[in-house]
Amino acid sequence: MKLTLKVWRQNGANEPGRFETHQVEADEHMSFLEMMDVLNEGLLAEKKTPIAFEHDCREGICGSCNMVINGRPHGPNSGTTTCQLHMRYFKDGETITIEPWRAKSFPIIKDLVVDRTSFDRIIQAGGYISVNTGQAQDGNSIAIEKDLAGQAFDAATCIGCGACVAACPNGSAMLFTAAKIAHLGLLPQGEVEHKTRVQSMVNQMDEEGFGACSNTAACEADCPKEISITNIAMMNRAYMGSVLGSQK
Amino acid sequence: MALNANEPKGNLDEKWTKYRSTMNLVAPNNKRRIEVIVVGTGLAGAAAAATLAELGYKVKCFTFHDSPRRAHSIAAQGGINAAKNYQNDGDSVYRLFYDTIKGGDYRSRESNVHRLAEVSRNIIDQAVAQGVPFAREYGGLLANRSFGGVQVSRTFYARGQTGQQLLLGAYQSLSRQISLGNVEMFNRHEMLDLVKIDGKARGIIARNLLTGKLERFGAHSVVLASGGYGNVFYLSTNAMGSNVTAAWRAVKRGAYMANPCYTQIHPTCIPVSGEYQSKLTLMSESLRNDGRVWVPKMKEDVMAIREGKKTGNDIPEGDRDYYLERRYPAFGNLVPRDVASRAAKIACDEGHGVNKTGLAVFLDFSSAIIRYGTSAAHSQNIHNPSAAKIKELGTEVIAAKYGNLFEMYEKITGENPYILPMKIYPAVHYTMGGLWVDYNLETNVPGLFAAGEANFSDHGANRLGASALMQGLADGYFVLPYTIGQFLSNEIRTPKISTDAPEFAEAEKNTKDKLEKILSIKGNHTVESFHRRLGKIMWEYCGMSRNAEGLKKARQMVRDLRAEFWSDVFVPGTAEEFNPELEKAGRVADFLEMGETMILDALDRNESCGGHFREEYKSPEGEAKRNDEDYAYVSAWEWDDTEPILHKEELKFENVELKTRSYK
Ligand SMILES: Cc1cc2nc3c(=O)[nH]c(=O)nc-3n(C[C@H](O)[C@H](O)[C@H](O)COP(=O)(O)OP(=O)(O)OC[C@H]3O[C@@H](n4cnc5c(N)ncnc54)[C@H](O)[C@@H]3O)c2cc1C
Ligand code: FES
Repeated sequence: MKLTLKVWRQNGANEPGRFETHQVEADEHMSFLEMMDVLNEGLLAEKKTPIAFEHDCREGICGSCNMVINGRPHGPNSGTTTCQLHMRYFKDGETITIEPWRAKSFPIIKDLVVDRTSFDRIIQAGGYISVNTGQAQDGNSIAIEKDLAGQAFDAATCIGCGACVAACPNGSAMLFTAAKIAHLGLLPQGEVEHKTRVQSMVNQMDEEGFGACSNTAACEADCPKEISITNIAMMNRAYMGSVLGSQK
Repeated sequence: MALNANEPKGNLDEKWTKYRSTMNLVAPNNKRRIEVIVVGTGLAGAAAAATLAELGYKVKCFTFHDSPRRAHSIAAQGGINAAKNYQNDGDSVYRLFYDTIKGGDYRSRESNVHRLAEVSRNIIDQAVAQGVPFAREYGGLLANRSFGGVQVSRTFYARGQTGQQLLLGAYQSLSRQISLGNVEMFNRHEMLDLVKIDGKARGIIARNLLTGKLERFGAHSVVLASGGYGNVFYLSTNAMGSNVTAAWRAVKRGAYMANPCYTQIHPTCIPVSGEYQSKLTLMSESLRNDGRVWVPKMKEDVMAIREGKKTGNDIPEGDRDYYLERRYPAFGNLVPRDVASRAAKIACDEGHGVNKTGLAVFLDFSSAIIRYGTSAAHSQNIHNPSAAKIKELGTEVIAAKYGNLFEMYEKITGENPYILPMKIYPAVHYTMGGLWVDYNLETNVPGLFAAGEANFSDHGANRLGASALMQGLADGYFVLPYTIGQFLSNEIRTPKISTDAPEFAEAEKNTKDKLEKILSIKGNHTVESFHRRLGKIMWEYCGMSRNAEGLKKARQMVRDLRAEFWSDVFVPGTAEEFNPELEKAGRVADFLEMGETMILDALDRNESCGGHFREEYKSPEGEAKRNDEDYAYVSAWEWDDTEPILHKEELKFENVELKTRSYK
């Protein structure tokens, strides 16, 4: 299949960016990133600089890959990361636009590569359970209801890619933050620190310049792990509770 | 030189506990001054960095990724072993120890493996306390499943995302230490050289991948937890960025590379579909719990399937060869990985492969679907259920167990594995070899430690499924943070390591020259093309089976390819900027040397054991034939540009009897 790609190129956060147009010959069995590899090999053959994009596992789990494809983070298929998207979902002769995540808190490094360290700092603010190595009791000493463990798992499955932020018109990181808060807060091990965790993670999120949530639910629609926005409601309740609680 | 593993004296089951309680300690006030560099934030690195920081050391931690959470460990699917015996099926520390020694084909160190089995239990406790959402039974207790090569259920799992959940646990502990100021974290920094002062490891040179700047970092000790080197083969299940550079640059500074020829080829991966592919995808081994492996008996059927005229479902039961069940009735589909992979290769070499390339076998869930469906109907009180109902119920059970794997398969291949049997083929997956370390996980370079897949320690010639996560976390949480004290307790008078020392300047210059050299070639071929060619040579001559003639040929081919790389590679841009092609070039340059070492090791080892199968050494039935008399040693290679030097550590077996591994 022959494709026309309009790809965003930019040399750094403070440089102007532009779309560049390329033709590429692809096979319908290729993954989207394999198609990008073909394009880059072609650029290198012409001694040009390849398009920088992030990727590693190519199995939809590391959260590295991040392309806005035809206006949607990770492309047209729901529950799918860019690396898992295959060319059989595109038509011969199609024009595809490829852009980086666009958000104030994810400055562009080069082309499609952005800086997502703000996510690390949100986790550092409290996205953990304070237990040192060797302090743990036996793994089976607390039974946890299967459904509850499953619910915690559903939230814990977040890969930290940032599609939620890229999808949100306000550039909000509520889904990312809420997913971690739900994962830990639902488990008895994480309940103890729940209130302080909610406060410090939400504060860090604000400090990083992420926007507010206006309930458009675009984040849920584009989350490759289909994490539910009910987590956000739970976080909001906990945040209100902890703020009111601490004013007493 | 004979290598000394520094194993503690005493009975096997007491060695570690006694040693741990008599080891030298570093007092808290001294720990605050002592600096440790940890390279890598996978399970081993993140666990080590977090634990060392909790103990009070000043830690500097490095990853070439944009975040510690992206390490390749995140992709592990199936699970983690631990001798908890929660299932009451006769498991014990000794049994896990024994299974690991046997699974490794008697090529690992007894004392290390026993310690691994002991601390395995603590890992599960630790992970649960961190909030790792392991699978649970209806009663709320932890669930287990079984994995290849063993007959007990000791594998803990979190759906098909065990590595992700364990890594996030370690990452969160690491994040906590970062926020407390005990760990200084350097993302997007690639270690490119090791700095030795007076023979001891005292720092690293790292390239800031965003700016290209070379930076010097000093410490009292350096820990490498930089993962495995499976990507020597180009196509593997490893993440694209996994590489040998940190370990290899240490080898260039005198560390030894141990057992490099032991590569694990995983039996259940999605077959190669085209030349453009740069990565293979694993289908977790846990699938072999319920999937049956087969190929058609008759060539006509094979042809019809290849031509798309028939599917697996059209082949009647009697015309299928369930070759693992036939050849290995005791373990059946759950034989260890090396055995399963070779059996698949034989079936395909004999012309029974079921896809266009002839390199695929079926993994079929239809029996399991019926079995689970029948039992589900029974427990839901559905009498005389129809075949369709049974299928529906059984499919639900399979979906609950393996849903995400089935989805992944369908995304990649476009085929629905609930309806058609999966097609699988072996692929490079894990490297048992790695930096040589003693019982303390210290390399032969004093002060340089290695943990996780980067060391060679515990899996001998073949690793059992779900044991890499166990070993990485054992090293990181429960072994290295204590054994490193043996070295550091003698360093309490050593002042802060100054990066103004001439050794740092020399190492920085060495690194800079290498980068400049690569950029100055301006040749005609891409880094990728060299990597792909190297991979083909390695797979063909040093892959699932090897022979002396092929290996000799391959060695020359790799040397020629290396020479060509250094005269004809093309890398755009400069060293003073974000330049992913330059990063890749450095890694491929190292693979080109590592590959030769692997070949040399495979040539040296005139026997077949575990992942190393030499065609000249097999039984009449085609099974691997070990030679304990002459080869019960760990090989440890010292690099030399012309003729690398072999050192040996003799393996002593005092607690298990060496037997021919049989899964029949
Ligand atoms: C698809 C797949 C599935 C698997 N499933 C299982 C399973 O179910 N059970 C199991 O037990 N095992 C499994 N394994 C094996 C297991 O995942 C790995 O062996 C293990 O995770 C390795 O962990 P590690 O900490 O040693 O290294 P890694 O996780 O590879 O981490 C390496 C780290 O080092 C850093 N690094 C490397 N070089 C440098 C450098 N030069 N400078 C700076 N940083 C550097 C990287 O950035 C990274 O942070 C699987 C492997 C694969 C490929
Ligand atoms: S590359 Fe890892 S999620 Fe896409």
